[in-house]
Amino acid sequence: MRLESGVMTDQLFDPPLVIGGHTFRSRLLLGTGKYRSNAEMVRSIEASGAEVVTVAVRRIDLDRTREEGMLYHLDPKRFFLLANTAGCYTADEAIRYARLAREAGFNEFIKLEVIGDQATLLPDVAGLLTATRTLVKEGFQVMAYSNDDLITALRLEEAGAAAVMPLASPIGSGLGLLNPYSIRTIKQRLRVPALVDAGVGTASDACVTMEQGVDGILMNTAIAEAQNAAAMAGAMRLAVEAGRLAYLAGRMPRREIAVPSSPTKGMVG
Amino acid sequence: MSKLGLLVNGEPRQLQAPATLSDLLVRLGLDPRMVVVELNREIIRRGRLGEVALRDGDQVELVHFVGGG
Repeated sequence: MRLESGVMTDQLFDPPLVIGGHTFRSRLLLGTGKYRSNAEMVRSIEASGAEVVTVAVRRIDLDRTREEGMLYHLDPKRFFLLANTAGCYTADEAIRYARLAREAGFNEFIKLEVIGDQATLLPDVAGLLTATRTLVKEGFQVMAYSNDDLITALRLEEAGAAAVMPLASPIGSGLGLLNPYSIRTIKQRLRVPALVDAGVGTASDACVTMEQGVDGILMNTAIAEAQNAAAMAGAMRLAVEAGRLAYLAGRMPRREIAVPSSPTKGMVG
Repeated sequence: MSKLGLLVNGEPRQLQAPATLSDLLVRLGLDPRMVVVELNREIIRRGRLGEVALRDGDQVELVHFVGGG
């Protein structure tokens, strides 16, 4: 296995990330919101090595269109545009947004969000399941933004989701991975890919999240709100890679006692 | 010549009749490849924009991709 950073590792093979029959080359997926400028966004995406970038569906501002349209800044031949249903609070609304997104003509994938509460932006589980079932029937590859609950994740998989994306912590909070046990369990139990979406704040959060074995991470605010977004994007790229490699390498057991690293025999008498 | 009263992205707009959705996009200076069009909550495929005639009172949504997470 040869890592993006150039590190060679013997006897380790990491199969590529496959979601809904599509193979992706990077395990880091990036949001495109909240950057200080479009130029900084593009620099950050390039530094991150991400292939999948998420976009939102919104009304065109009829008086001023050119600057906000993502298609003027991101080449859809170079990046995989993953539309989201962010801002939707009901299954019906999310389904409407997903259909609009698909009509743009790039792919059948949708990052499904059905939000249940404005203060926490936590998902509405019933709405998520309803929307997933309908969209799967219509041929969508649904990547469902979910809370970090195993049973919800299992139900989303049963409903036909192509991937489940539990949160590390609330969207835009930067609180990092609050429940590693939950994320690890979800990853172990699902057959479809499990990617963490939301909550990562800095590179160490990304690394420890990948060490749980998840298939990838989708992040936005941690990069967009960093003092130097492109530098943070580069850090995230390395952290995701490091965390993945550490997971594949298999960590040492945790012990409650010290074990010396140097020989106890042969001390000078 | 009569005028059509439309609601485009929630804003009242007037257009000279007869007019199609294509005419509306031209009038607004929008590139149809960058826009998805919904007419009275029904998505209209890009290839049909020139065929669909607008009627007085129509509600049109014109959406595109913006930055988001």
